[in-house]
This record gives sequence, C-alpha cells and structure tokens, in this order.
Amino acid sequence: MGLHIVVLAKMVPDPEGPPSSFEVRSEEKRVAVRGLPPVINPFDENALEAAIRIKERAGGSITLLSLGRNLSRAVILKAVAAGADASVLVEEDSLDQALLDSRSTAVLLAAALRTLEPFDLVLCGRQASDTNAGVVGLGVAQLLGLPAVTLAQKVEVADGRVMVERVLSDGYEVVECPLPALVTVSGEVGDLRYPSLQAIRAAKELPQRIVRLQDLEISLPIEAWVETVSLAPPRRERSCRMVEADTPAEAGERLAQLLWEDKVV
Amino acid sequence: MKDSMDILVISEQTDDKSPTRLTLELLGLGRRLAAENNGRVGAVVLGEGADIASRELAERGADLVYFLDNPALSRYNPEVWATLLESLLRRNPASLMLAGHTSLGQDLLPRLAFSLGAGLVTDCVEIRWDGSFLFTKPVYGGNAVAGIKVLTPLALATVRARVGEALPPSSPGGELIPIDQDPPQETRLTVKDRHYLEAGECPLEEARVVVSGGRGMGGEEGFEVLRELARLLGGAVGASRPPVDAGWVPSTCQVGITGKVVAPALYVAVAISGSSQHLSGMGDSGKIVAINKDPEAYIFKVSDYGVVGDWREVLPAFLSKLRELASA
Repeated sequence: MGLHIVVLAKMVPDPEGPPSSFEVRSEEKRVAVRGLPPVINPFDENALEAAIRIKERAGGSITLLSLGRNLSRAVILKAVAAGADASVLVEEDSLDQALLDSRSTAVLLAAALRTLEPFDLVLCGRQASDTNAGVVGLGVAQLLGLPAVTLAQKVEVADGRVMVERVLSDGYEVVECPLPALVTVSGEVGDLRYPSLQAIRAAKELPQRIVRLQDLEISLPIEAWVETVSLAPPRRERSCRMVEADTPAEAGERLAQLLWEDKVV
Repeated sequence: MKDSMDILVISEQTDDKSPTRLTLELLGLGRRLAAENNGRVGAVVLGEGADIASRELAERGADLVYFLDNPALSRYNPEVWATLLESLLRRNPASLMLAGHTSLGQDLLPRLAFSLGAGLVTDCVEIRWDGSFLFTKPVYGGNAVAGIKVLTPLALATVRARVGEALPPSSPGGELIPIDQDPPQETRLTVKDRHYLEAGECPLEEARVVVSGGRGMGGEEGFEVLRELARLLGGAVGASRPPVDAGWVPSTCQVGITGKVVAPALYVAVAISGSSQHLSGMGDSGKIVAINKDPEAYIFKVSDYGVVGDWREVLPAFLSKLRELASA
C-alpha cells in the first residue's frame, strides 16, 4: 500500500488578473470579479505539485478535495490530470467559498476528510489568494488532531514521517513529524506541472465523488467566529509627477536632480 | 476579571535576545488600544534568556510581562508555544492577543484560535476600537480592504510591521511575572537545523530605502545595477514575484503580500508593472519612484515620481547624477 495524500484545493478568481477586474461592491460587502476565469488557488497548486513529487518517489495515490459552489469541472479536471487519482467535491449552492469564514471552511473540510480516511498526509496552500487568511489548513489539523507544519518549501516522506523545509524570513528550518500529518505549502515549492492533452483525456475517467452537506457529520449551522463588516477598494493612488525629457538618460538625470531638491535622497 | 489583562502581545526576540522591532510596535499598538478601552496591556516572552526581552518590554509599554526563560525554548516549536500560551490564556483571560504577521505568528495564532475557540484576523494593517475591535486587512491580493469584527470574547490578530508605533523607554516599568509551568517535553513536531540564506547588505524590512526590480530587469545582471543603486542610497534590494520565480534573486527578496511587507522612506520600483499583490507589500512607503518603459504601467498611478524609459538608459544617468550631487 502506498501513501494516500489528500490535497485541499480552493477555487478562486485568477489572482493574476488586472486590478480592474476586481470590482469592490462595498454595499454588498463582496468583490465582483469580471472576466476572470476561476483557477485553483496558486498555493494549493503548489501543494498538489508537492504531492505529485512525493507520489513519484514513494508511490501511492492523491485525492483532490475541493469545496464550494458551481465548482468548474474544467478547472478540477486540469488539476487532477496533473497527477491526482481521484477528486471529491463538497458542493452546495449555500457554500460560497468567497464568503465562508475560515472556521466554517475548516469544519466542513475536516468532516469531508473523515470520509476519506485512511490518509497519510494532507497538503494545502499556505493561504488562499482571495481571503489571504492562512487559517483553514491549521484549523483542519487541529479539528482532526493531526500534527501540522506550515510554510513548506519542500516536503519529503520517509519511514512514516514527513520532513518539511519551513520558510523563514531569513532562510528556512527543517521540521519533522510522524504521519498522518498536515502540511501547508508555500510558493517556493514550485509551479504545478502542466498536464498533457492525453493526461486530461485520461483524467475524465478517474473517479469523482460529489459530497453534499447532508453526507457530512456536522451540526449546522456552524457558528462563525468573525464577521466581515465592510469592504472597500484600496486607497493607494497618488498623484505622480512624471519627469519629462528628450531622452531616457536625460530623464534619469532630472529625476536625480528632482529627488535631491525635494530632499527625498 | 481583576487580575485579567485586556490585551496580550506575543513577543519575538532577535538572536541577541532583545525584542524585535515589530514586537515593540505591537506593544505600542496594544498600549494605544488599551488606553481607549481602559484595559491593560501585557506581553508574553518565551525563550532562552527571556528575562532580557522581558525587562525591555516592561519599560516599553507593558503593564505586565509574563516570561518563561528555559533552554528548551531556544527555538520556536509550534506545539510547545501553543500549549504554554493556551494555558496562560485560560488562567489569565484577555480580550485581544496580538502577534506579528511573521512565520511564527502565522503559524501559532491559527492553532490558538482553534484550541481556544477564538476568532482570528491575520495580516492586519489597522486595528481600531469603537466599542469593539475593528480589524482591517487586505483581501483579494490587495484589490480590496476588509473590515472585520471578531464575534468571540477573545480576539486574535496577526499584525504587519509599522502598524503600531514603538514607545520610548519609560520608568517605572511594568511588572515581571515568571510563568510557573515547564515547557512540554513530548511534542510530535521536531524542529531541526536552521539554514540562513544569504541576505542583502541590510534586511529589507529595516531599510530606509528599498530598490526593487521586476520582470523587466531581464536577468541577474539587471539586479547588479539595482544593488549599485541601493548601495549608493544606503538601502536594500527587493523584487516583485517574477524575478524570484525566475531564480534571478532569492525568495527572501520578494516584496508583496506573500513576501515581505516594507514601508521605507523611499521605494524605487524599476521595471515593475504594479500587480496588486506587490503594491500591497509596499504601498505604505514614504515616497515611491517608478521607472518603467510602459507609460501605461499601473505603477505610475501609485507613485510620486515617474520616469518612462528603459532602465538600461535611465539608471546609469540617474546614478552618475546622484553621485555628482552627493559629492558636490
């Protein structure tokens, strides 16, 4: 029996989209996204890549677990095709992944994970690109009683243990713990590999399970611990003094002169 | 509630055992919030030689400093910290606990949130008191700013650098209280070796001037020019995400929502178009200078000075003029 790795993958609007595609609707306290396709949260993609590398070395299988409403099958398919073996979608109209708080999300994912036991390792991104919170992964670990290591730039498994290189502001440290465990993954792991068309076709045949709230052992409603009370566009525009000159070199000189006169340098 | 504190700050210490600047800022922030709601502010210091930081924190705004000085605490172990803080908070209820939005704070506070059943807001750029705490944080990669309230009796928050203001030393200092509990010896996590990456001439977060490059730098050689400029201005070199992804600079250089958050007096953005996630990491800088060959680049909208042109032509002239002015 190889390892069973579960990767938690949140569907988000593409965070690389231009600022103009994120329309802040303050009165509705939500961000309306225009013309941006959904993607898997980039850090969750990094987590999937880490899982695939572990599977390549140690063998085993990968289950992709996503939660939300109207989950794009194309996006899931592409992620699965990169190297997963099955997908499980906790899907319900009431589960707007952009509005769920971290606690509710963690409770739901923990309940969904219980239906996937036994597993050896749960991987997820260090934070989602929409909420930027970084709370759910550790919450799931806490609810399931799993040891957890955060901010991984490298994840390896051997002898029933997971070894993690954990990112610090001035380098990294090595942290180990026994399996089963949860690890949150940082971008340093590297991008998710791109699946071939052949792999995408093959992935259509892989098992996919849809889970409804009623299938999970949870008591509803889940009490929220935080509440978003306002949402506003960022205030960051400044009036920019453009330095005009005939050549870029001349502009460079003028910029120096200007910064000097204004005592900026 | 007589012996309870309202606000508790988790201290982090530098290698020489003094509190980090961010810790002092959090204490200043805690002091200000405590003054508004008639509470007290405390700090908690865990570490080997924790008494050193404790004394300084007691003079820098803390009414109370809980400390545990133990060789087993020389390195952060999440489970050890979580166990000690959970029992400290159960014995001494607080209404707000603050930690830096650092690799420690991001790791520790979610654990405490779920073990204590407390609401947590991470990456706060502002905390206000208006009858309850209001937390402000960037969401959607900095494309929006959310105001969040915590619904539980204890609120937890991780806070960015430069949100609070460190207080000058004053005496008499607050009270020092040793924590009467041994660190747990059995933990599932084992923290092993630590590796330092080569840093620039000075740490990004501390620098008064940051010179950053983007995708348009074209390669490692481009960053040599930025280093020269940074040296001349007495600053540090940063980068947006593409140069880090391309391997031109180490990931410790990344400025942005998932990299380093900086607010120097002067930020020079070279060949950076200005993605939201980058702007969210440097938008509070004093003055922002943008050099970009694309006149439509978004970075100009958020800058104070702009030059449209190829950095290969602009920077050499900029550098030599600066040298000329400096030597005059």
